[in-house]
Amino acid sequence: MATVRAVFRNGLRHARILKQQPTASYSSVASADRKFNKPIDYATSTYLAHSPATALANKELSEEVRKTSTTKKMNLFQAINDGLSTVLDRDEKACVFGEDVSFGGVFRCTMGLQERFGGERVFNTPLTEQGLVGFAIGLAAQGHTALAEIQFADYMFPAFDQLHNEASKMRYRSGGAEKFTSGRLLVRMPAGGVGHGALYHSQSPEGFFLGCQGLKVVIPRGPIQAKGLLLSAVESPDPVVFMEPKILYRAAVEHVPTDYYTLPIGKAEILKPGKDITLISYGTLTYACEMAAKHAKEQLGLDVEVIDLRTVHPWDRETVFASVNKTGRCVVVHEASRSGGIGESVAGDVQENCFLRLEAPVARVTGWDVPNALQFEDFMIPDVCRKFPIHQPFQWIANTINRYL
Amino acid sequence: MSTIRHTTRLLRGSRLRPSSFRFTQTRPLTTTPKVDLEAPTAPIRQPPNANSVHFPGALNSQFTSTMSFHAPNATPSLPTYRIMDTNGEIIDTSHTPTMDAEGMLKMYTAMVKTSIMDMIMYDSQRQGRISFYMVSSGEEGVAVGSAAALNPEDVIFSQYREQGALMYRGFRLDEFMNQMFGNRLDYGKGRNMPIHYMSERLNVHSISSPLATQIPHAVGAAYGLKREGEGRVVVCYFGEGAASEGDFHAGLNIAATRSCPVVFICRNNGYAISTPSLEQYKGDGIASRGIGYGIETIRVDGNDIWAVHEVTKRAREIASKEQRPVLIEAMTYRISHHSTSDDSFAYRPREEVESWKRRDDPITRFRKYLENKGLWDSSKEEDLRKTVKKEVMNAFMAAEKERKPRVREMFGDTFKEETPVLKKQREELKRVVAEYPNEYDLDAFEDGKDGL
Repeated sequence: MATVRAVFRNGLRHARILKQQPTASYSSVASADRKFNKPIDYATSTYLAHSPATALANKELSEEVRKTSTTKKMNLFQAINDGLSTVLDRDEKACVFGEDVSFGGVFRCTMGLQERFGGERVFNTPLTEQGLVGFAIGLAAQGHTALAEIQFADYMFPAFDQLHNEASKMRYRSGGAEKFTSGRLLVRMPAGGVGHGALYHSQSPEGFFLGCQGLKVVIPRGPIQAKGLLLSAVESPDPVVFMEPKILYRAAVEHVPTDYYTLPIGKAEILKPGKDITLISYGTLTYACEMAAKHAKEQLGLDVEVIDLRTVHPWDRETVFASVNKTGRCVVVHEASRSGGIGESVAGDVQENCFLRLEAPVARVTGWDVPNALQFEDFMIPDVCRKFPIHQPFQWIANTINRYL
Repeated sequence: MSTIRHTTRLLRGSRLRPSSFRFTQTRPLTTTPKVDLEAPTAPIRQPPNANSVHFPGALNSQFTSTMSFHAPNATPSLPTYRIMDTNGEIIDTSHTPTMDAEGMLKMYTAMVKTSIMDMIMYDSQRQGRISFYMVSSGEEGVAVGSAAALNPEDVIFSQYREQGALMYRGFRLDEFMNQMFGNRLDYGKGRNMPIHYMSERLNVHSISSPLATQIPHAVGAAYGLKREGEGRVVVCYFGEGAASEGDFHAGLNIAATRSCPVVFICRNNGYAISTPSLEQYKGDGIASRGIGYGIETIRVDGNDIWAVHEVTKRAREIASKEQRPVLIEAMTYRISHHSTSDDSFAYRPREEVESWKRRDDPITRFRKYLENKGLWDSSKEEDLRKTVKKEVMNAFMAAEKERKPRVREMFGDTFKEETPVLKKQREELKRVVAEYPNEYDLDAFEDGKDGL
């Protein structure tokens, strides 16, 4: 114990020194002069349920859940934890594993699960992504529920062969044999920018899966979605890659139904109906879209329709086409690089299916085609105004309208 | 922060031990799982004046004041276990085979059947009647000998040169042929290349071309079987070339750390396509690596079916009863070309191949044993070969005549349910085919243009 106390004391002393610094040097702070690029205020976002009543008003929940479930305030990692523990509780054949999941995970998503369900069902694997995903595929193919974790989406690539050549093709190459599918496979991975994650703790590799048929990719934007989509993903007969926006783990807080509930996979959600322009995003940037839509209304008088794709592959064409056919304009927003990103797929399909209704080219506001560099993150991830030469607010929306109207 | 928590965990390890499993779930397991995997219970520390190092990474390492690098060539090569010599005579009398005559002839028949099917299919590929083939000559002993030591419920993951194991298990000739012709009866619906077999009935997972990917699959499946607690094991086959892939390392390491009931069988046949094993690794084959992973390991003469059989039987027992992995390295020689797309005389002398064929072939060796025992003779041999050839040819002709699957099978099973995107693409193809019916060979497919 002495050692632990000593370590802890040193830690506190260290923390005190850090506290004396005016700001952490590695994170930039919004200046008071900023009008648009302000930190997202999750506490007031209407895309999160701030009361039990709002949480249970969700029409996608079953009648029973809406009537009888209680709710609990959770952040994203707690909702993931709740989802995982719900699966482990209901399905004895479910196992949770990955690097460092036993003690609770480096993002606390698996906290308390080993204590509750035992080391046989919640365990650490050796540090090998190809190995642990391959292991998960075999376990799922044996009829068990495999809930694997890759510590960061940036480290998904060693397992890409297993995901792309094996998991995604297993049902297909086995002629649909139920015995040999990897349908009960879920691979979770924290993704996206986190302020200082640089090259290998910031990536959004969802676009790489666009060419991977047989696998679904889901990205939740908040705690309610995280739990509901995670439970759906487990039940889904197809393998699912589940990317969790790590910046939201603690930031996004809302009331989450405590009962078992699912949200549909493969369906987009219209967060705000509008008639002038369709704004499409998913994950973290849906909140930037909320602010952009608000400012666009105030500054430009535009009625923006905001869509959260939720399932980014294969994404919900029907909802998107219907929206763009209504508004005539479409902007896609994501953190990942433009080339090879989801935006390319959306833009291509939208122009093909909504050509006669399009009043402007489909615009893509995305990360640049560069790696995620440490000191330049503010300039990489699409923000509310995206600093172009002209200081026009909500450049993405305004540009689309002004240039092509 | 994580360091602090980790230390805390080690100090209070017992707090974290799994207390009980819950059985109120919707999909109950058949029996209570018995798993010996728990967090460490005692703190890891250096006792005062200890002569062994209690570094957490190597608990039983003694201190030494002699600096000595461990040279790989200082250790003798791991021996190769054999039971009978090339004349079919038993050398290890402690292991006199106890199988009855019927069992022995079942093994022998499976080997011969495999080699005859190989010969016919190889030629049929040369005639352009199937697109691809891979012969397993010289390695029938490894496949059949090991398969014969398994329980039918054991799960098999294989690479692609293990048709003997399938043959022994009871994969029928029509099943082999339907797969190779990719006809409407093929379980894989004509989607995969020839020799990528699978069988739900026989617990044989679908073969995929990417090498070694099945190794961690086998480990995951074995962990599932461990939890089911019925003593079933997984057997995973791969070649010595595949063992250079990262998935080999990953798979064996997880199998050891999670104590999975899996038997790894490496067919070390000296070549990976054109690459001789000398260019594949510098250590003592694959077997020496098993020890490094903390896996019980044995090297066996792969041309000696008795040795392969006995070793697999014992390995299965260890895996099943003691719930841990075993590695078998079966030494053999790839007599055949790598595949029908390969001419192996471009990289190895013809005499080398001929010498192996003549000197040491697993079928000939076992035949000699059976003849020595009075269980076999040349007239029985002739009868068997004649019958098998006829059976193979009949299955061949029947499979060749069958139509290919419906064209719509191209879209099916990508996802469990057809997505709107796929539905649209299927309809697009349907329109193209309807517009240009003469441009496509639709008659070869079940239901022709209506099959879309």
